[in-house]
Amino acid sequence: MKGKIMLKTLKTLVYMLTSIALLVSFETGAMAAKKSKTLKKTQKMGYVRCGVSQGLPGFSNADAAGNWKGVDVDVCRAVAAATLGDSGKVKFYPLSAKERFTALTSGEIDVLSRNTTWTLSRDADIGLTFVGVNFYDGQGFMVRKSSGITSTSQFKSGISACTNIGTTTELNMRDFFNSKGIKYEPVAFEKADEVVAAYDAGRCDTYTTDKSGLAAQRTKLSKPGDHIVLPETISKEPLGPVVRQGDPVWEDIVRWSLNVMIEAEEYGITSANADSMKSSENPAIKRLVGAEGELGAAFGLDNDWSLRIIKQVGNYGESYKRNIADTGILPDRGPNQLWTKGGILYVPPAR
Amino acid sequence: MKIKNFNLGLGSFLRNNPKLGDFLPQAVTLFAIIFIIGFFTFNAQTNMDSRGIDFGFGFLSQESSFDIQFSLIDYDGSHSYAKAYLVGLLNTLLVSAVGIFFATLLGVIVGISRLSSNYLISRLAEIYVEIFRNIPLLLQIFFWYFAALRALPLPKEAISFFDVSFLTIKGFFIPKLIWTNFSILFYSFVAAIVSIVFIYVYGKRKQEATGQRIPVFLISVGLLIILPVVASLLGGVSLDFGIPELVQQSETIFNFKGGINIIPELMALALALSLYTATFIAECVRAGIMGVSKGQKEAAASIGLTPGQVLQLVVMPQALRIIIPPTTNQYLNLTKNSSLAAAIAYPDLVLVFAGTAMMQTGRAIEIVSITMLTYLSLSIAISIFMNWYNKKIAIKEK
Repeated sequence: MKGKIMLKTLKTLVYMLTSIALLVSFETGAMAAKKSKTLKKTQKMGYVRCGVSQGLPGFSNADAAGNWKGVDVDVCRAVAAATLGDSGKVKFYPLSAKERFTALTSGEIDVLSRNTTWTLSRDADIGLTFVGVNFYDGQGFMVRKSSGITSTSQFKSGISACTNIGTTTELNMRDFFNSKGIKYEPVAFEKADEVVAAYDAGRCDTYTTDKSGLAAQRTKLSKPGDHIVLPETISKEPLGPVVRQGDPVWEDIVRWSLNVMIEAEEYGITSANADSMKSSENPAIKRLVGAEGELGAAFGLDNDWSLRIIKQVGNYGESYKRNIADTGILPDRGPNQLWTKGGILYVPPAR
Repeated sequence: MKIKNFNLGLGSFLRNNPKLGDFLPQAVTLFAIIFIIGFFTFNAQTNMDSRGIDFGFGFLSQESSFDIQFSLIDYDGSHSYAKAYLVGLLNTLLVSAVGIFFATLLGVIVGISRLSSNYLISRLAEIYVEIFRNIPLLLQIFFWYFAALRALPLPKEAISFFDVSFLTIKGFFIPKLIWTNFSILFYSFVAAIVSIVFIYVYGKRKQEATGQRIPVFLISVGLLIILPVVASLLGGVSLDFGIPELVQQSETIFNFKGGINIIPELMALALALSLYTATFIAECVRAGIMGVSKGQKEAAASIGLTPGQVLQLVVMPQALRIIIPPTTNQYLNLTKNSSLAAAIAYPDLVLVFAGTAMMQTGRAIEIVSITMLTYLSLSIAISIFMNWYNKKIAIKEK
């Protein structure tokens, strides 16, 4: 009898010890997860591997000297500034719409910043995680001015529409034309340059893609002035950076690199005044420039990570102005204005 | 007996055991292949697991929700991905078949022309071959596509053929044939063809037995015309033409409605594939004809055959044996090259299935494997057919 009780006590003791051990290991496991695998690899390689488009002015486009420019490019530069201390340490991988997700899930790139629409099936189905929105867009149509069409309500059956394959555009286009009962001819190319060339030659009556894309591609047409983008928007296209599923800390780094740029604009912090903002009275500003709090530690980064982003890349407004407004693509910010100024750019607070 | 070397190497060991020597390399190769496939499968599986991607073919029955420009079967976005695959496959088969037909036709003509005694003809054929086989195919496809787009008129100024067919930048619009009681016509054709086969066999036997020739060709033509015509008259077969009409859509946008549209993407792709592959086939034909010894032709001529008969009865049957195997390669190449269609928006298997469908579902591994298997099966099917044909015409040693 006594022996049995002893055995029971022993068993209980073993259970207790095991659960404590498990708890401890769980704790240390959680601590270890803070050190992102992707971050470690990136710091070891010395550059951020960033997937971009094959040339979309304003978003990601290489200039004559081979320097990548655009708002999508700036997201990757911000990640590089935060993780490596230098916004120039980015290796760009130009990808077609078809290749982009495979490149990311197979580990060829670590950030995909390529005017990619955030949808449920992409987020949930194929091993991707969208981290935010850096451009609110919508699908539109471009036509020749001479056609006399000024609204999509004038479209009639038999119209031919050029577009890219592998995008949400193909699906939206079908929804749109079907809902209006219009029979249409979809002509879908693999590369954007061929779409532009075919539309320019007169193969199609209209060219449809995201409106920002239309505005950007119009500059490549032989006579940009002869074409107009119709006012209607037929879809929601929130474009944003994407990472692979399975590295939550890396996901946070990319998400907050973008958020910092937007919040910096909100507080009026620019690349020019970032250093002087350290002595600001506002604690929110002080946190953003690394003068207060320990925000970087949560990602395994130092405390100046956000200051570097603002100093080297600039805030969202600077990036937009430099890449999209000043190049004449979309001078009006539309929905991509801060929420405080009538737009819908609204990010959670960095605190 | 001197034994010089007790320490026999693997090589000499295998030489001394010929059975094992045959077996061992095969076993090693098989093992290596199994290991490599196993490694990649395992690797893909662990990587997909760690990224939260599952593997499966269930998506094939889901609604595709994208439309395709050009389809031989009834299809729209409400059909499944499996049907979209079929549309892509049929489009690939269509452009390959058209390409193979014209490449063979042109290749044979050019190949014979290169051997022509007419200086101008043989030089022209040579220039054509040298230019077209030395420019990368993708460039040629782009060239023909964009050249065609630049050269062809808008629908309003369409090039008209007898007011029933119209060539425009949006395609070549031809009349649609609308049959009633088409099946009667179809069966009468089948009946005609079956009886022609019988007559051919009978005629051959009779010629072998008695030396008498019956005019098989004339009878065949007669059957092909008379049987369907009689059947149509009795069965009430009638034909209507759906002639394309110009429709105005806006101030400057016009398009044709009704009729069949041969899209410019198909024309450009078929043209580029045929012109490119014909150069290689021409060289095969030239090699085949030159491979038949001169004595054969002279002997045939000396027994009183006409030049046409010499080519048809003596030279070509022998030349074909040399021509067929390399030409098979060209057919395979053409079929595989048709996958370049994606560059100019021709909705073939690669564009539709390994393009749009892969993007919309994100199932890269599944879709790429299906696509690879499909091309492999296509190539094997063509090979099997051509090998059968090759065997049929090969010298039968008795």
